[in-house]
Amino acid sequence: MYQKIFEKYSPKKENLIYILHDIQDANPQNYVSEEAVQAVSEFLNISLSHIYGVLTFYTMYSTKPRGKNVVRLCESPPCFLKGSEKMLKKLREILGVRIGETSEDGLFTLELCACLGVCGNAPVMMINEDVYGDLTEEKLETIIAEIKGRS
Amino acid sequence: MKFYRCHVLMAIDDNSLKAGVAAIETILKSELAKNNLTDEINVLETGGLGYFGTGVSMTVFPDKVTYVNLKEEDIPVIVNEHFLKGRIVSRLLLNPELTRKYNFNYQGRIVLDNSGVIDPENIEEYIGAGGYEAWEKALTVLKPTEIVNEVKASGLRGRGGAGFPTGLKWSFTAPLAADQKFVVINADEGEPGTFKDRLIMEGDPHKLLEGIMIAAYAVGATKAYIYIRGEYKLCIHRLEIAIAQAKEYGLLGENIFGRGFSLDIEIKIGAGAYVCGEETALIESMEGNRGTPRSKPPFPGVEGAWQKPTVVNNVETIANVPAIIKKGVDWYKGYGVEGCFGTKVYTIMGDVKLPGLCEVDMGTTLRSIITEFGGGMKEGKKFKAALVGGAAGVFLPDKMLDVQMDYNSLKDYAAVLGSGAILVMGEDVDISEMLWSVIRFFRHESCGKCSPCTNGNELLYKMIDDTRNGRGKEEYLDQMIQISEMMFSSCFCALGQSLLMPVKSAIENFREDFVKRIK
Repeated sequence: MYQKIFEKYSPKKENLIYILHDIQDANPQNYVSEEAVQAVSEFLNISLSHIYGVLTFYTMYSTKPRGKNVVRLCESPPCFLKGSEKMLKKLREILGVRIGETSEDGLFTLELCACLGVCGNAPVMMINEDVYGDLTEEKLETIIAEIKGRS
Repeated sequence: MKFYRCHVLMAIDDNSLKAGVAAIETILKSELAKNNLTDEINVLETGGLGYFGTGVSMTVFPDKVTYVNLKEEDIPVIVNEHFLKGRIVSRLLLNPELTRKYNFNYQGRIVLDNSGVIDPENIEEYIGAGGYEAWEKALTVLKPTEIVNEVKASGLRGRGGAGFPTGLKWSFTAPLAADQKFVVINADEGEPGTFKDRLIMEGDPHKLLEGIMIAAYAVGATKAYIYIRGEYKLCIHRLEIAIAQAKEYGLLGENIFGRGFSLDIEIKIGAGAYVCGEETALIESMEGNRGTPRSKPPFPGVEGAWQKPTVVNNVETIANVPAIIKKGVDWYKGYGVEGCFGTKVYTIMGDVKLPGLCEVDMGTTLRSIITEFGGGMKEGKKFKAALVGGAAGVFLPDKMLDVQMDYNSLKDYAAVLGSGAILVMGEDVDISEMLWSVIRFFRHESCGKCSPCTNGNELLYKMIDDTRNGRGKEEYLDQMIQISEMMFSSCFCALGQSLLMPVKSAIENFREDFVKRIK
C-alpha cells in the first residue's frame, strides 16, 4: 500500500523526511503507523530506530493516531502576548480534550506548536493546512462549529 | 507588448486566500468584461503587501491606491466609479495615514523592491523589473573571485541572526578543490516573530533564485538546495514555479549562457524543528537525520552536506546579492552605516497600531521603526519594552529606544539584531510572563544532544514556572542569570547559548516584575 509513495523516490536516506510526510498525509488518521515504519525501513534499508528517531524529533509527525483535523495552536511569545493562553483554555473547553488528545468523535486533535510566521495576526492556529489568525473566543466557536458541520 | 490603462494587483497570500480573494478576483474579471474594460485594465496577482488584517486587498497603478477589506459587493462599485469614471472610492482605501508610511516607493528597499509590485509567478515581470541582469553580468563579465571580492567589499553580513560577513564565508569555500560543492539556503524561518523570508519568497521568488545562482557560480557549486519549513506551503509552490520558469528560460540547467557552468536548484522541506535553523543541524536534516547540530570545526564551508564544502546562507542575505552585483559596491554602501551596510527587513508586532514588515537602512533607531513603520503604540498603550531579535533576543526598556539598529551598535548594549523581529509590549505586560513564554519555547525546542542545554532549560523553566505560580524565591533571579551564563559558555550550539540574552535582559531591566510575583 506504500508502493505508490515509494515509486516517487529513489531509495536514499535523504528522502526519509518526504516519505514520512507523504505517508502521514495519506493516512486518514494523520499518523505514521508501526507497519509503515517497517515498510520504510525495508525500502530505504535503514534501521527502525533511525526512523523512529527522526519521527519523534520533528513536531509535524505523529506516531499515534490523531483526529481528522489536527488543531495546532501557536504558543510562541508573540501569540502568548496576544492571549494564546486564553485561546488554549477555550479550545480545551470546546473540544473537551487536553493537549495531545483527540476528541471522542475522532474529529479533532489538539496540539501546541511553535511560531507559524503569521505573527501580525496573533494569536494564530493552524488546522490541517489552513491558518486562522486574529483569534477570539467567539471566533474559535465559529471555526470549530463550521468544521464539525462540514464533517 | 500590450498596453493597459491601469494595472490592478491583487495580493495573494494566506490571509487574502482565507478572506476569499479567489471569488473576488473572478467577480472583478467578469465585471471588467461586462463593461468592456478587459483590454484597458489588467488584473495581476502579486504577493502579500506587508500589511496585516486587511483581508482581500488590491492596488491600482498608476494611481497607486490600495483598496482593502474588499467584499464581493464592493467590486461593481470600484469598477463603476474608479475604472469607468476615474473617481477613487475613498471609503475602501487603506488608512491614508498608513498608506503614506507604507509608500511603495519609500527609500531603502533593496530586498523587497518588487514585492507587491510584480507577479511572483511570472518570470517576465521579474525580468521586466531588471531581474537576472546581475546573473548575466556575473556569468559573462565577472570571474568567480571578483564576485567574492565584490560581496566582501560590500560589507554584506548574514541576515539570519549571527551577522557573519557573507563574502568572508564564501571565500573559505571558493578556493577549495572538490568534486562537488553545495549552496544551501536556510529558509527554515522558525524564530518566533519572524516572517520576513516568507514574504520575500512569496513576493519575489526569482530574486532569491538569482542570488543563489550568483553565489553558486562564485563558490563553484553546481547544486543548490533551499531548505524550507514544511508549513510554508505558498512559498514552496511559488519557488517550484520559479525554478521551472528559470530552467525554461535557460537561466538554470546545463552550460548556462554557453559559459560552461551548470547549476540545479532543489527544494528540501523540513518537518518542524527550530534547531534546524542552525546550519549544521539543517544539513543533518537534509541528509534524512534528526536535526541535531554537528561539532565545528570542520565548518560547513569546508565539510558540509554529504561531507562536501557547503555555503549556508539565509534567504534575506542572498536576496541582497543581485543588487550588489548589478549596481555595485558604492551604490550599496549608500545604505546603512559604517561597518553595517545595506538595509534590514524587520517584522513589527505586538502592541503597535500597524503590525507588519518594513525594510529600512541599517542603523535606523528602534524608536523610528516603531513610530514610523509600526504606526506607533496602540491607542491607550504606553511603551514598556521591546523584545528585539525573536525569542533568542533581548528585552529592551524605553531608555534604549534611541539605540541604532545595526550589528555593531547593538553589540555595545549586549543586544543583537537577530532575525529582525520586534515584539512591542505596552505597560500592562508583565515581563516575567513573557520570559516564561520564551523559556518554555526553548525548553520545547532544545534538541537533546547536549546536557547543558537539556538540563539548563529544564532548570530555568522550573524556576520561572515557580515564580509565575507564586512559589518563587528572590535568589532564583540571580541563579537564573548564572545558569544561562553557564549555558552560554558550555552549550553545543547557538540554541542553548541564546538563553542568556532574554533571561539576563528581562531580569536586569524589569526586576520589579519578577519580585512582584515572589512577594
